[in-house]
Amino acid sequence: MKSVPAIRVSGVTKRFGSLQALGGVDLEIQQGEFFGLLGHNGAGKTTLISSLAGLSRPDGGTLEIMGHDVQRDYRAARLALGVVPQELVFDPFFSVREMLRIQSGYFGIRNNDDWIDELLHHLDLTAKAEANMRMLSGGMKRRALVAQALVHRPPVIVLDEPTAGVDVGLRQGLWQFIRKLNQEGHTIVLTTHYLEEAETLCGRIAMLKAGKVVALDSTANLLQRFARRVLEVTLAAPLSLPPALAARVLKQDGLHFTFGFEAYDEVAGLLAALAAAGGHIHDMNLGKPDLEQVFMGVMNQN
Amino acid sequence: MEGFKTLLYKECLRFWKVGFQTVLSPVLTAVLYLLIFGHVLDGHVEPLPGVAYTSFLVPGLVMMTILQNAFANSSSSLIQSKITGNIVFVLLPPISYREFYAAYVLASIARALLCGLGVLLVSLPFASFPFAEPGWILAFSLVGGAFLGSLGVIAGIWADKFDQLAAFQNFLIMPLTMLSGVFYSIHSLPPFWLGVSHFNPFFFMIDGFRYGFFGASDVSPWMSIGVVSVCFVALALLTLRLLARGYKLRA
Repeated sequence: MKSVPAIRVSGVTKRFGSLQALGGVDLEIQQGEFFGLLGHNGAGKTTLISSLAGLSRPDGGTLEIMGHDVQRDYRAARLALGVVPQELVFDPFFSVREMLRIQSGYFGIRNNDDWIDELLHHLDLTAKAEANMRMLSGGMKRRALVAQALVHRPPVIVLDEPTAGVDVGLRQGLWQFIRKLNQEGHTIVLTTHYLEEAETLCGRIAMLKAGKVVALDSTANLLQRFARRVLEVTLAAPLSLPPALAARVLKQDGLHFTFGFEAYDEVAGLLAALAAAGGHIHDMNLGKPDLEQVFMGVMNQN
Repeated sequence: MEGFKTLLYKECLRFWKVGFQTVLSPVLTAVLYLLIFGHVLDGHVEPLPGVAYTSFLVPGLVMMTILQNAFANSSSSLIQSKITGNIVFVLLPPISYREFYAAYVLASIARALLCGLGVLLVSLPFASFPFAEPGWILAFSLVGGAFLGSLGVIAGIWADKFDQLAAFQNFLIMPLTMLSGVFYSIHSLPPFWLGVSHFNPFFFMIDGFRYGFFGASDVSPWMSIGVVSVCFVALALLTLRLLARGYKLRA
């Protein structure tokens, strides 16, 4: 028997005045997935997350967390969900530990200090446990938000751009921890603007545009399907290309040409044609398909 | 229940951590009123027969402090949380809107009673009253605190800016409390304003509260508690409806 999906979104619509923030979103994320939600600013990612978290009420459709409807069965749904908000919000009245104890209490948990200590350790915040939230740097506040979302050990964790403003070293540490949680069985949903992060971490990806899912597949399939292989060449001197070569130019910027091709076998032919036309290569680069190309391709297609 | 208890605890801890601003300042303000008006008016006016003006004034100031601080607590906590964005921390957990309401209103009452008690204790050396009916004192402070705490929840949720909240406080709460018979007996007013005062629920709160101290008042305490309770229940229902709808909190 198939287990209950971690997240099920069916036909969700949401309108803010004349803006259609979500235009009928359907999405199913299985337990244990590391899932990426990508899209430009204003594509509806945060509205979708807010609807999952009960912070926003959709106009139509239903949302479930671990089989619990987020409106009708909100207590169970919220217990199963941990959200790291996008904005760097904090309560200036409390220390990190006080804040985590209070947050535990909101979720009905008393005496949570063992888990709080573990969270602080993994997020490199132990030294700041008694510091007031105001005294934390931006990166620390971000990690405190992660800790806050995890106080009740939710099976489903949503991170809305968790690495914005976190420096590289700490970002690595954060991902290591999130990966560990994923390996332990937590479902992770991530939105990010760092596409290379999504490419390395996420097993499956949905792309949102103007409130609609425009691509939904495993990361490998997306790369396979949408990404073009490219050969970037900088010539030593200007050259007028023969028509056969000119047809393959995707982009030209002065002496810098970008050629597209389907299979690596074609590269030798391309280079030979270039040499035959009298071109001298000053610099060359073979572009691997990456998620950024996929993303741009999907966004421009739809 | 744990969520509700934690929210109540957090709301009390919040004002307690800035006690200078939330408890001591209002006590000092009330005592300054007492010293100045007492000095000017003691021996000149006697709003209740046989009661010195300062003694008459103290219950009014205590109740005014209760009302203003009950309003200030829920409203300022909510607007701060909204503007800084940390309101999400209370909206994400499994806390029902009823628990949310109860926690904010009870914390308002807690701060209000603490401030009121502070004013009363500091004023004791300047005044004397028989504490005729302590039950009424308690009843009116609780219902009055709950009424204003509830109004504070509405104002805190409605206001998008501190400026709007300040307008609510300064153009509604302040005049209604100041003009409710804190400093005078409404029987000293011209008939028109005497009539108008009967439409001010704050008048009934102050008058009933004062009855508890002296066993004498402008209107019967039963009438006052009736008016105040009906107003509170109506306001509580309105606030709960707004919260249930997610008004301005869950877009």
